Amino acid sequence: MHELTIATSLVELASDHAARHGGGNVARIDVRLGALCGIGRSLYFCFEPAARGTRCAGATLAIEEVPLTVFCATCDAVKTPKALYNFRCPDCGRPTPKVVTGREMQLVSIELTKPAASAKRRRPRTSRDRNPI
Amino acid sequence: MCKVCGCGEGEVRIEAAGGVPSAEHDHTHGRGHRHDDDLHFGHGPAGVTVAGMDQGRLVRIEQDILAKNASFADENRAFLDGLGILALNLVSSPGAGKTTLLVETIKALNGKRPIAVIEGDQETSNDAERIRATGVAAVQINTGRGCHLDAHMVGHAFESLLLEPGALLFIENIGNLVCPAGFDLGEAHKVVILSVTEGDDKPIKYPDIFAAADLMLVSKLDLLPHTDFDLEGCIEKARRVNPRIETIVLSARSGEGMEAWLDWIMARQG
Repeated sequence: MHELTIATSLVELASDHAARHGGGNVARIDVRLGALCGIGRSLYFCFEPAARGTRCAGATLAIEEVPLTVFCATCDAVKTPKALYNFRCPDCGRPTPKVVTGREMQLVSIELTKPAASAKRRRPRTSRDRNPI
Repeated sequence: MCKVCGCGEGEVRIEAAGGVPSAEHDHTHGRGHRHDDDLHFGHGPAGVTVAGMDQGRLVRIEQDILAKNASFADENRAFLDGLGILALNLVSSPGAGKTTLLVETIKALNGKRPIAVIEGDQETSNDAERIRATGVAAVQINTGRGCHLDAHMVGHAFESLLLEPGALLFIENIGNLVCPAGFDLGEAHKVVILSVTEGDDKPIKYPDIFAAADLMLVSKLDLLPHTDFDLEGCIEKARRVNPRIETIVLSARSGEGMEAWLDWIMARQG
């Protein structure tokens, strides 16, 4: 159920950025999710209800999944464990608690529906605006 | 509802010791939100080129999705560190014996340290009342439909607690072996409690929470003879998902192993 919390945080973050970049809506959101972040494609299911009524409504969500890799001090190399949560080097069998990739849960980028130039419209009006010569 | 951070949304209630909900806060959160921090928005439009796309429409962000929780957790941690308070986030499934362990821990510490407790449950203040019966201050957070405590709720709970310098703060999370794993509350350590009546394969069935914890307490040791629980196998499985995890086996009811748990706490409080 915490997927909804994460989806809501994502929508808020993306909406904040959209507001800072011209105030348009969000057409696409790219996120990066590590294998260990405890949430995967279930984010797709929670995203649409979380986005409803926000700048992100109707946006496409794209998830890049990042595999688990760990650093084995014995082999002095980055390795891919045989299974998630089996923090042992697949080659030497020693415990390898140091995670290199797999914990990511990041908002990578957003694509806006309107060009950022529309921000101009939010410029405070001046007397020249009201009295064009 | 706070339009900035969304707090007050849903059904979260924070109840202070007198049973009175905490006064509506002013949303400065004492230590300040960071919504205006340019660090979050410094990348500007694009910085990359994508064929067929106007640079102004693509915004590179590269920010943690739970950045907001992380910033609240950082504030909580700084606040606790400033007062020399050791905060432990207790996580387990419902019924593992968190509250009973907490009550017995408070009794065993017998006033040696100032203690405060934050209790998290979806509903009722039963647990906070059990803690208050020991004479220790407790704040109950009810999350309504929420499945975990987050750093923002805990920060508000601080406002209702008189936290003495050098105190020990126990945060009893919602009974749930899944969701609390991902939410840093600003604690020094997550402590996962697994009772022998639950099954020894829980560490590999619910690896996130065991991977996030620094200590596993295997509880209800007095019931071990009545179960098929494989104690050594359980510890081996916990180490498989978290090679750094420490383990203490105890029973709050019989008192066995409690000394090791109290020593563990004292060693961390300094």
